[in-house]
Amino acid sequence: MKIHLKIWRQDERDGPGGMVSYTLDDVTEDMSFLEMLDALNGVLIGKGERVIEFDHDCREGICGQCGLMINGRAHGPLPHVTTCQLHMRSFRDGDTIYIEPFRAAAFPVLRDLKIDRSAFDRIIQSGGYIAAGTGSAPEANSILVAHDTAEAAFDAAACIGCGACVATCKNSSAALFVSAKTVHLSLLPQGKLEAPQRVNAMIAQMNAEQFGPCSNTEACEVECPQQISVLHIARMNWAFNKSRLLGRKG
Amino acid sequence: MDAKIPPGPLADKWNYYKAHARLVNPANRKKMKVIVVGTGLAGASCAASLAEQGYAVDCFCFQDSSRRAHSVAAQGGVNACKNYKNDGDSVYRMFYDTIKGGDFRSREANVYRLAECSAALIDQAVAQGVPFAREYSGYLDNRSFGGVQVSRTFYARGQTGQQLLLGAYQALMRQVHTGKVALHTRHEMLDLVVVEGKAKGIIVRDLETGKLERYAADAVVLASGGYGKIYYLSTLAMGCNASAIWRAHKKGAYMAGVSWVQVHPTSLPQSGQHQSKLTLMSESLRNDGRIWVPLKAGDTRHPNDIPEPERDYYLERRYPSFGNLAPRDISSRAAKERIDAGHGVGAMKNAVYLDFSKAIGEQGKDKIAEKYGNLFTMYQKITGINAYAQPMLISPAAHFTMGGLWVDYTLMSTIAGLFVLGEANFSDHGANRLGANSLLQACVDGYFVAPYTIPDYLAGELKAEKVTTAHPAFDLAEALAQTKIDELLSIQGDLPADYFHKNLGRLLYDTCGLSRSKEGLERAIREIGELRQEFYRRLKVTGDDKVNTELEKAGRVADYLELGALMCRDALAREESCGAHFREEYQTEDGEAMRNDRDFCYVSAWEWQGADQPHVLHPEPLVFEQVALSTRSYK
Amino acid sequence: MALTGTFLCLFLVIHLLGNLQLLLPADRARASFNWYSHLLSGNVLIKLIEWLLFVSILAHIVYALLLTLRARKASGRGYVYDKRKASSTWNSRNMGFLGMIILLFLVLHLKDFWYRYKFGNLPLDEQGYTDLYAIVVAAYEEFWYVLLYLAGIAALGFHLLHGFSSAARTLGLYHPLYSKVVRVAGKLYTLAITAGFMIIPVYIYFNKA
Repeated sequence: MKIHLKIWRQDERDGPGGMVSYTLDDVTEDMSFLEMLDALNGVLIGKGERVIEFDHDCREGICGQCGLMINGRAHGPLPHVTTCQLHMRSFRDGDTIYIEPFRAAAFPVLRDLKIDRSAFDRIIQSGGYIAAGTGSAPEANSILVAHDTAEAAFDAAACIGCGACVATCKNSSAALFVSAKTVHLSLLPQGKLEAPQRVNAMIAQMNAEQFGPCSNTEACEVECPQQISVLHIARMNWAFNKSRLLGRKG
Repeated sequence: MDAKIPPGPLADKWNYYKAHARLVNPANRKKMKVIVVGTGLAGASCAASLAEQGYAVDCFCFQDSSRRAHSVAAQGGVNACKNYKNDGDSVYRMFYDTIKGGDFRSREANVYRLAECSAALIDQAVAQGVPFAREYSGYLDNRSFGGVQVSRTFYARGQTGQQLLLGAYQALMRQVHTGKVALHTRHEMLDLVVVEGKAKGIIVRDLETGKLERYAADAVVLASGGYGKIYYLSTLAMGCNASAIWRAHKKGAYMAGVSWVQVHPTSLPQSGQHQSKLTLMSESLRNDGRIWVPLKAGDTRHPNDIPEPERDYYLERRYPSFGNLAPRDISSRAAKERIDAGHGVGAMKNAVYLDFSKAIGEQGKDKIAEKYGNLFTMYQKITGINAYAQPMLISPAAHFTMGGLWVDYTLMSTIAGLFVLGEANFSDHGANRLGANSLLQACVDGYFVAPYTIPDYLAGELKAEKVTTAHPAFDLAEALAQTKIDELLSIQGDLPADYFHKNLGRLLYDTCGLSRSKEGLERAIREIGELRQEFYRRLKVTGDDKVNTELEKAGRVADYLELGALMCRDALAREESCGAHFREEYQTEDGEAMRNDRDFCYVSAWEWQGADQPHVLHPEPLVFEQVALSTRSYK
Repeated sequence: MALTGTFLCLFLVIHLLGNLQLLLPADRARASFNWYSHLLSGNVLIKLIEWLLFVSILAHIVYALLLTLRARKASGRGYVYDKRKASSTWNSRNMGFLGMIILLFLVLHLKDFWYRYKFGNLPLDEQGYTDLYAIVVAAYEEFWYVLLYLAGIAALGFHLLHGFSSAARTLGLYHPLYSKVVRVAGKLYTLAITAGFMIIPVYIYFNKA
């Protein structure tokens, strides 16, 4: 099929940019969306033009590196998939597809569709861990974790850090990302002790990174490739409010 | 080749080493710097552990965040001989399974240490908050995996690699927060700096600004992963590459077991010409799924319409005691045999069925969904097929490289001060890796081995003169790296890097994949040479020297073209069949591998001699004191 | 937002309960409603709550403005082609707009009733109470005024539909079952409040003498 594309091109960080139109022939249904972009880049190389820069790596939906705004939706029209899991069978011959980078003040564009998501790393650095030293842990079965607790912790821990939650949020809030980590760790007995400090430190860092406030529109849950529930945000709020009421900010 | 195996009985070697390893005074540790390249399980765990001990660490990854490293994609689980199931597991049993799984082409001492440290890894991961699957009693759950008869695999649904990696990533982030680790994301290593025979630094390229940068250290750790992406179509991430280890190889580190590449039996089949990767479906599916093809060649009926007697459960037929859980090399080869014989299914006739109907009937759909839900969902996302209702289509795909830089028992390469961890090294898996052992090896290297062996080396470097980035060796290395970049940008031919990568991959699948022959390998060496010449004549890289993925790709493909030739040479020189290396000339009458312990019971370590010189082979004989070499049978 | 919002939700219930007296037969309604108004205006506690109400509304508005500014700053350049609306409800994205309509409505509402009651020169009823009932009935006999009221209450309804359960989230109600309960309760609450407040002007309009 023939696909028309309008793609955001930008040369450098903080530089000007704009949408550029391309037309690509011979797109097949079994191509993944990123393979379609590979094909376009092949054409651009043939013409001697600079290729379209986009982030991607594992191409199986787990590394979290790919992430595009496709036709105005984070990771494209399907719910709960990453960009690399989107296939061209979701589009029709003659379609025009708009492709833009994930946008937020906290995610500056590096070039074209590549963005800088290091703000997420800095949030984890501020407290997204259990401070267990390496090499000296107690016997694993000495810490019992109820089956359902482990499953619930996993549901939160499944976050791939792609940033779709921020990209689709009208407030550019990172609440879903942050809550996934605070809830994962605080559900487990190993992580409970540090829970108040963790939630306060991570929320402070989230605000410092200029992510916006959460207003519970729940758009993040709809676009999240791992279907992380917005109830995690509520749980994070509960922990945060409780720690402030009890004066345990860490 | 001296592997520096500690003295004493096998079971005491690691304790002996630990007891005698030198230490660095805490006050001196912060004066010592270590470079870690790669932030997967091996790299992140090593960097975090060294930083916790007090060393200054510079850590590098080419991805936009250290959490993206491809360890994240491992699905099935991690092995540990906890014997929680009381099914007869022990350190020795695990050691034996692994050494047998590797077809007796790995070192006893290394493998024993791997099994010995496995239990502690589970403790470590649980302490970090890895949400492993639990029984209703709250105890850890296990499942079984290919190549063994006990249940020793710990898992977190189908995302064990992700969860273990996040544990290591979080430990690393914690050290970044303390300031002991300086993390450099979007940086790619271009060269190793060697001063007076010792690794003293690296040259990296900042992938955002394009600038070359120099970093000096007292030791360098490469944990940059495997090179299975050399086949282009593989289960690996697009960015996985051999450049870090290959450039170290060209600086004097030997490569070993180069052609031992594992082809995974349960990947999604190729469906078209534009395909960029083959998605893996966890091997854990073989616990409950049954593999079959139609008995009649070229049968085009819908799988659900083919009655039981007309199905060939070929793994259960050929290997009754292990059945669908036969090791990966054997399962892959058996699939290829059936596909080549015309029994392949799917649109391109390149797949076999993986059927869950029996398991669903016995355990119920809910139980299967709990175990493999995300895999079934992933399968549906990619293929549009509901695998609860009809069998999955799977086929073999290049997956894991057992080969890599040669290392001794301390994980040090032939260059002093250059340590190699995880999949990047050759060490514990021999000629074939058992399922759920790769996460284990990466973690054990990073959490438990390197934190002893690297300080032991550093203790000897305390009094050595500090090398700074002003040293002439850095000037030279940076100039060479720049020349290479300029060369790639200036060819301005007419073909993209992907063209060469795809052709190389196709050639290697044909000649140096599941089965190899003298004739094919010789042809491949010739053709790779031609492809390489064409590469330097016709490559086209557009764009500038800032953010430029085409330039990154070209650099990696240039290395793959040299590595591919060495793979074929390695396979050609090994005139036997062992593990993943199956030479058509060396097989039994019923098509099983024929090992030659008299002539080839050694590890092939290859030394680089220069661009147009043949490599020199240095065999490291394998001495087996504990186990008797036997024919590996899973029948 | 959540705390002030919850308090305002509570107030709406009391307000509605009081106002439902307007649905009584005209004579009884007049007596009862005027007595009730008098009771409220004379009570110190109610005075206190009145102040609390004003402070809450003000805080609700100020906080909303601050959050909107933060969100705007966080959003950066924005999208050229934006279809994000597909993944959330219209009212959840437009709480600010709805809030503005409610504020305009509130100004009108306070000017016409509260201000006139407090500071206007109103006739007295038979019992000697200020005859607020007469004012209300007079107002609702105007067609355009009823329409304006219905629009204001509709805006309030959409605001509550999201606001009620959103407040529970922000305060930290995370249990899946109770969240569902609150969500349903929020819908019922919104239905009751909007229907209740809408019936009154409509009823009075159609029952005008």
